[in-house]
Amino acid sequence: MSQKPAILTPDPWQQLQGLTRARVALGRAGVSLPMREVLRFGTAHAQARDAVHTALDVDLLANELQADGFKTLAVHSQAADRATYLRRPDYGRRLDPASSGRLADNGKNLWPTRPRLAIVVADGLSSLATSSHTRAFLAALRAHIPDLSTQPLVIATQARVALGDEIGHALGADQVVVLIGERPGLSSPDSLGLYLTAGPRPGLNDAQRNCISNVRPEGLPYAEAARKLAFLIDGARRLGRTGVDLKDDSDAPVLAAPETATPFPPTLNRLEIPA
Amino acid sequence: MIHACTLGLHRHVFPDLKAVLAKASPARSGDMLAGVAAASEEERMAARLVLADIPLAHFLNEAVIPYEDDEVTRIILDSHAAGAFLPVAGLTVGEFRDWLLSDAADTASLAALAPGLTPEMVAAVSKLMRNQDLILVAAKCSVVTRFRNTLGLPGRLAVRLQPNHPTDDPRGITASMLDGLLYGAGDAVIGINPATDSLPAITALLRLIDDFREQYAVPTQSCILTHVTNTLRAIDQGAPVDLVFQSIGGSEGVNSSFGVSAALLDEANAAARELGRGTLGNNVMYFETGQGSALSANAHHGVDQQTIEARAYGLARRYQPLLVNTVVGFIGPEYLYDGKQIIRAGLEDHFCGKLLGLPMGCDICYTNHAEADQDDMDTLLTLLGVAGINFIIGVPGADDIMLNYQSTSFHDALYLRRVLDRRRAPEFEEWLEKMRITDYRGELLAQNSQYPLLGLAESIQETP
Repeated sequence: MSQKPAILTPDPWQQLQGLTRARVALGRAGVSLPMREVLRFGTAHAQARDAVHTALDVDLLANELQADGFKTLAVHSQAADRATYLRRPDYGRRLDPASSGRLADNGKNLWPTRPRLAIVVADGLSSLATSSHTRAFLAALRAHIPDLSTQPLVIATQARVALGDEIGHALGADQVVVLIGERPGLSSPDSLGLYLTAGPRPGLNDAQRNCISNVRPEGLPYAEAARKLAFLIDGARRLGRTGVDLKDDSDAPVLAAPETATPFPPTLNRLEIPA
Repeated sequence: MIHACTLGLHRHVFPDLKAVLAKASPARSGDMLAGVAAASEEERMAARLVLADIPLAHFLNEAVIPYEDDEVTRIILDSHAAGAFLPVAGLTVGEFRDWLLSDAADTASLAALAPGLTPEMVAAVSKLMRNQDLILVAAKCSVVTRFRNTLGLPGRLAVRLQPNHPTDDPRGITASMLDGLLYGAGDAVIGINPATDSLPAITALLRLIDDFREQYAVPTQSCILTHVTNTLRAIDQGAPVDLVFQSIGGSEGVNSSFGVSAALLDEANAAARELGRGTLGNNVMYFETGQGSALSANAHHGVDQQTIEARAYGLARRYQPLLVNTVVGFIGPEYLYDGKQIIRAGLEDHFCGKLLGLPMGCDICYTNHAEADQDDMDTLLTLLGVAGINFIIGVPGADDIMLNYQSTSFHDALYLRRVLDRRRAPEFEEWLEKMRITDYRGELLAQNSQYPLLGLAESIQETP
């Protein structure tokens, strides 16, 4: 048996990999990426794509949340399917007529007292984030809001952040928090975003919300995210509004939501509303 | 002015020039979202037939956004060089397409023509051109700029080294920067998108790159891609600013949404030039653009996104920038839906910018919610390489961990150099050889600890 010849040129600066998550010191086959890295990258991209395109299992999530004591209602945006959702962000910000009717007919029966906080659980751009983190995050939030399960919980599909405005308004809620899957990154397919809006009604803009981003065990842990959200909910109640005027004085930074959930370059930060 | 044509049984009527332009545009999701796209393929061709017969000179009489309402329109029309326009002044848009492909249009005549063209003329002709036309004509253009090296020479390709880090960690940034340099990237600029806009943080990053650049005498320039007002403050405080970065768009409204105006850009350009830090030239501006930004800012005036994008170049050329980068696939699928649309947009932007006399680069990129993948990026990379693009982006492994999108890798640049025989900026090429990163042909050398940059890489790790 002859020995295999050395095919790859390794990069003798692999110790730099300890300093950043960036894909440094990958080595090369000729001038090209080694097979192993091409497969690693392809896997990460596949997971991110699946996170965008896998439909949220609404029944499963509803059953789980009901087991946790919540009453739930499912709604759908005007974006009929994922392809429409991706092309038409405006459709994702409005309820379809059937959902509006359901909210009007059933909302008052399910939640007869005027809600302080409506919880909207939305698929956004990563149903994986929503299905993976909703239960655990709400459990963590319950530590701060003991009667959380008496508040309305609406599961929304093909939804953008602003859909919460219409839902919160229909329910007459003082505040709405939208838990939504953020645009998946290559190494973070399951980032959950939290958007808090006081006095929800159609026509608000993103400067009137507060955002907590990258909620997941490898990012901002549930307990920490819950603590920050509870802090903002309290602050918004006292201030009477959310948005740029509501500052987070808890120790980790909460951004007054610019237009995006994921950190876009400050340079291009107006170019897209991802969720 | 109303334009119309009959195709078969259908009479197609377009109320004005901007409607012709929008409906003649190749299909893309952003124009559909804006409600300006052609309603059918036949209507698209009808618009192209109409457009081909419109005289170029008409574009000087019908602005797509009124002169009175828009600063960008005023800059475009006030700076139009009538003398330079003369060689094509009698042509229609369709004839202009044929002229561009003809032997009359060579590198010298195209350079002389540039100030005589408006962005709308260039956008218009691009809509009548196939991808190969966009490539062929762009490849005849040459736009050379200088700061500490020479960019855009024939047969050359530069790379912006983009060592971003989610928390601006200096060691993390340095790791990516060294990785890029050891792959022979960084001649266009070493440019960081910072995670924060705080001035002390911006200044610290500027010093981080500048100290390194000084110590190793790297013939390149640095840039922190923060808002122009931050860069002006950094200049005031004596920070080592080489280039002024700013995102710009093709209408006054989109620029105002970015917090900029021509007056502010004038001030920044003058302030950076006054520093006199360029050793070979004084092109000090670095602009980024991208189709869709005007619609996103609700400042598109019913103009299609490709025409608005070309208008951004009309603003850019006022400043003789060192670099103009169209960030083509970053904006998302509601503007450019899939690989086909991204590839077309990249070729259009490069062509329009080059024809207007700009040093065009492209961030060949996509997000995970677009219908695109690495194969699409390979295609656009190859096509833009053939078209003679001035620079591309280099990110470790094509994965930007700060901005969460996929761009091109250092390996991608090496691929392009190899298949198309594209060399680096001459001064940078010489430096790489001196640092024993590449050999005399520009091929990477196997590194060992005695070589200066690898020695530095090893020393960073030891810092606590």
